[in-house]
Amino acid sequence: MKLSTKTRATTLSVALASTLALSACGASNESGTEETSGGGSTQELSGDLAGAGASSQQAAMEAWQAGFQGEYPDVNFSYDPAGSGAGREQFIAGTTAFAGSDAALDEEELAAAQERCAGGEIFQLPNYVSPIAVIFNLEGVDELNLSPQTIAGIFTGAITTWNDPAIAGDNPDATLPATAITPVHRADDSGTTDNFTDYLFQAAGDVWTAEPDGVWPLPGGEAANGTSGVVEVVTSTDGAVTYADASRAGDLGVANVAVGEEFVAPSAEAAAAVVENSPAVEGRGEYDFAIEVNRETEGSGEYPIVLVSYHIGCMQYDEEETTNNVKAFMEYVISEEGQQAAAENAGNAPISESLREQAQTAVEAIAAG
Amino acid sequence: MTATKAPIETPSKQPPVRRPGDRIFAGTAKGSGIFILLVLAGVAAFLIGEAIPALTAPSADIPGGEGLAGYVGPLILGTLLGAVLALLVATPLAVGIALYVTYYAPRRIAAVLGYVIDLLAAIPSVVYGFWGLAVLAPALVPFHVWTAEHLGWIPFFAGPASTSGRTMLTVGLVLAVMILPIISAIAREVFSQAPALHREAALALGATRWEMIKLAVLPYGKSGVIAGAMLGLGRALGETMAVAIILSGGAGATVNLISNSNPSTIASNIALRFPEATGLGVNTLIASGLVLFLITLAVNMLARWVVNRRADFSGAN
Repeated sequence: MKLSTKTRATTLSVALASTLALSACGASNESGTEETSGGGSTQELSGDLAGAGASSQQAAMEAWQAGFQGEYPDVNFSYDPAGSGAGREQFIAGTTAFAGSDAALDEEELAAAQERCAGGEIFQLPNYVSPIAVIFNLEGVDELNLSPQTIAGIFTGAITTWNDPAIAGDNPDATLPATAITPVHRADDSGTTDNFTDYLFQAAGDVWTAEPDGVWPLPGGEAANGTSGVVEVVTSTDGAVTYADASRAGDLGVANVAVGEEFVAPSAEAAAAVVENSPAVEGRGEYDFAIEVNRETEGSGEYPIVLVSYHIGCMQYDEEETTNNVKAFMEYVISEEGQQAAAENAGNAPISESLREQAQTAVEAIAAG
Repeated sequence: MTATKAPIETPSKQPPVRRPGDRIFAGTAKGSGIFILLVLAGVAAFLIGEAIPALTAPSADIPGGEGLAGYVGPLILGTLLGAVLALLVATPLAVGIALYVTYYAPRRIAAVLGYVIDLLAAIPSVVYGFWGLAVLAPALVPFHVWTAEHLGWIPFFAGPASTSGRTMLTVGLVLAVMILPIISAIAREVFSQAPALHREAALALGATRWEMIKLAVLPYGKSGVIAGAMLGLGRALGETMAVAIILSGGAGATVNLISNSNPSTIASNIALRFPEATGLGVNTLIASGLVLFLITLAVNMLARWVVNRRADFSGAN
């Protein structure tokens, strides 16, 4: 009895000591970031921080908002999921401080955006990365290997049954039924469709010739409204296949996509990997990290069907308050904690360490003039 | 002589008595009338103003790249197809319900039935949409397969049959249920007002109940049923949420009712595309809204014309 109390006490003190050590460590970390942030005491932020843009980021944005406002309760944060195009327009017009966008600014928008910013410089950070999975409902089959040409053939309607030789060739071990394929696409205008068709356009060669677009570019086929709509239709239809955020696959079958010689399943790591190894858009500013996703990658463990959504803002605003708010918010978004919170809420892929470091250089450079 | 003349002339010279209540009531009634006209004019002005950029833009800039007519054409077809189908299904059903409630059913059942049918109108359209998507569409898949096999020679049922059931046919049936209460409520009202003298005369001459309905009730109620059907058509044309949820739309112009690919409808297309639309895309959507506005206006005017034309020999006089 006595002994056990003593042991417990020892354990307790050890635990206490390590906690103290850890908190000390944390404290030193904190002071470190405060030093680098440079712009006064971060705890006293107030005023407004308004953003608008991609609805794909909405769930992640809710998590970021919760985390950010937990730290800075006096900042009046708002994000209007009005759509990527509207988000970029509002940012350029100066009605919002930052934009969320599934597409990077084009040259024309870039020039207008630079005019809108106090220092004439903007940042574009690929902070939201989400793998898009090819999801199917086929009795007795949970996993399939599909090449980009096969996926394109399925969605153009050239491949009509699941036991087609093109599918069977890549899946020698699967027993494929002769069920008819029902390809389901989004009825609404969406960044998911834009990225999926961009992938097919680049990776599937001459099987897919339609220009990438947010609205499904081919006539015909089954269409449903929103991610939940397509998933609902696939769930209730045997032989149906669609594309959607990987986190929404649930119990449905998920395809492994051919990359080089191997087949890669959609995962957070594989999505982050392809973004990390994609080339930057050339001729952009120092902190403009717009990328061209490498859809034709052959890199091992890279999953090329990803949706990359950006945060676009100014390196410097007319008002110091806005500058500080944007800086603090972006700091939180790219932090491990922020990315983890978003991943839990939205099911997206947290950005990799090197992407974080890259973004960190931009966030640190945000400053009032 | 003069004494009798005087009281006749005085009332015509004096203005009628107007108490404050009269003035207030007349004023508010007139104000309401003007207000609704202003609202309508405001909506029309907004639609036209916002649609002008799309109307004047070069056709390559319109989403889809085939000009405004190429964009809106299939949508008009889809809108009319779904609404007319709904009307064809709902009108006979509604007339049957109305006749049963007014002339066949025992009074107590009639009251309950009338109440239940009115309740259909109170269900939000989004609920109809989910019901159509989750219940009706999967249940209708075998029916789709059957029609494609046996009626495939009719262009409307050319197939191939949809595997999900989310077709124009399903949409038409759901819309039929949605407009049923409107048509049956109006039909019930006019049927119950068929002159008792006519009805009793028919029965007295030895007519059976069906003959009485055929001779005295239906001719009297015809214009009312048409008016009700047109109101229902108006609702079906503009229905948004249910169609957006159920229909697998977005395909080009086709009258095939049972395949995976259906033309979308104007209202549901606006609902689906508006959230992410920018620039000219918004103008194009509003231009399609203007087209829907004009179609609804035309339907209402047609209904007016039909009702007025038929009123003369409806038997009401």
